[in-house]
Amino acid sequence: MARSRPEPMQVVKQRRDAALSALVDGVPYIRFLNISFDRRGDEVTGILNFDEKLIGNPLLPAIHGGVTAAFLEVTAVITLSWEHMFADIESGRITADAIVEDNSIRFPKTIDFTVDYLRSGLPRDAYARAFVNRAGRRYASVRVEAWQDNHTKLFAQATGHFLMPQPPREKG
Amino acid sequence: MADTTDLARQFIEAIPHARAMGLKLSRIGEGEAVITMPYNEDLIGDPRTGVIHGGAVSTILDTCCGAAVMSHPSSPGGTATIDLRIDYMRAATPGQSITAYARCYHITRNVAFVRATATDDDGDRPVATASGSFTVEGK
Repeated sequence: MARSRPEPMQVVKQRRDAALSALVDGVPYIRFLNISFDRRGDEVTGILNFDEKLIGNPLLPAIHGGVTAAFLEVTAVITLSWEHMFADIESGRITADAIVEDNSIRFPKTIDFTVDYLRSGLPRDAYARAFVNRAGRRYASVRVEAWQDNHTKLFAQATGHFLMPQPPREKG
Repeated sequence: MADTTDLARQFIEAIPHARAMGLKLSRIGEGEAVITMPYNEDLIGDPRTGVIHGGAVSTILDTCCGAAVMSHPSSPGGTATIDLRIDYMRAATPGQSITAYARCYHITRNVAFVRATATDDDGDRPVATASGSFTVEGK
């Protein structure tokens, strides 16, 4: 049997970009920190767009440790949600509109988050990428790393545990 | 003592990111600090419920821990976070301010150890707790 024709590139891109925007754009705190996401296929990179209001130590100057933690956590949750939903986004079971409007679609909740501060965050853009160590039915473990000029010189890394959204309970 | 508190308050509240989040230092000294963050719609993490984002809770806890270290009698000056672990117990109630209390319970020449708790109006049920180690830096 002949393989079905691949979808046109623009259709694929539009669907994936719309779904990622739906996950990110509606969250006021992500906007407050001005974090954006760059997507290559199913791989996402968080970008912390630098602004003076992110400074925590004006003498150095350096990015606030809380901002670094928040940036890593946002990247972890978005990446985990994205990977969790990716198959459903691709199949059309979950649309960008549903991500915004459908209250039955829930997101992972942070249980704990541990940040390892390796060097001070310089006053410029930062990047982060998250790796899902394990996503079980109830819990997930995620590692995140953040860098600025040089990807091999991380300025922070973190590990977090998340409670996965539970499907609605069957009535017994 | 009041002068030291005023000075510390000015120092903390002059941090650009602490200003952006509206953090208010209400008590500091002897290795302890209390900081409050008023409810602010810009800090919402879940637009459906209005619950504050965990990252904003991390920031108030980190700031409060740093303030506690700097206020310790054995601390000569500044500090930076080495490691911080946050446990999230529950969602903060929308509309309520969040208050963090931090205590630097041990300090050496190089490292300060801190624990902190964040609560909303229901002070008996913590929203989050933190445990961290911080650098001890000279003047």
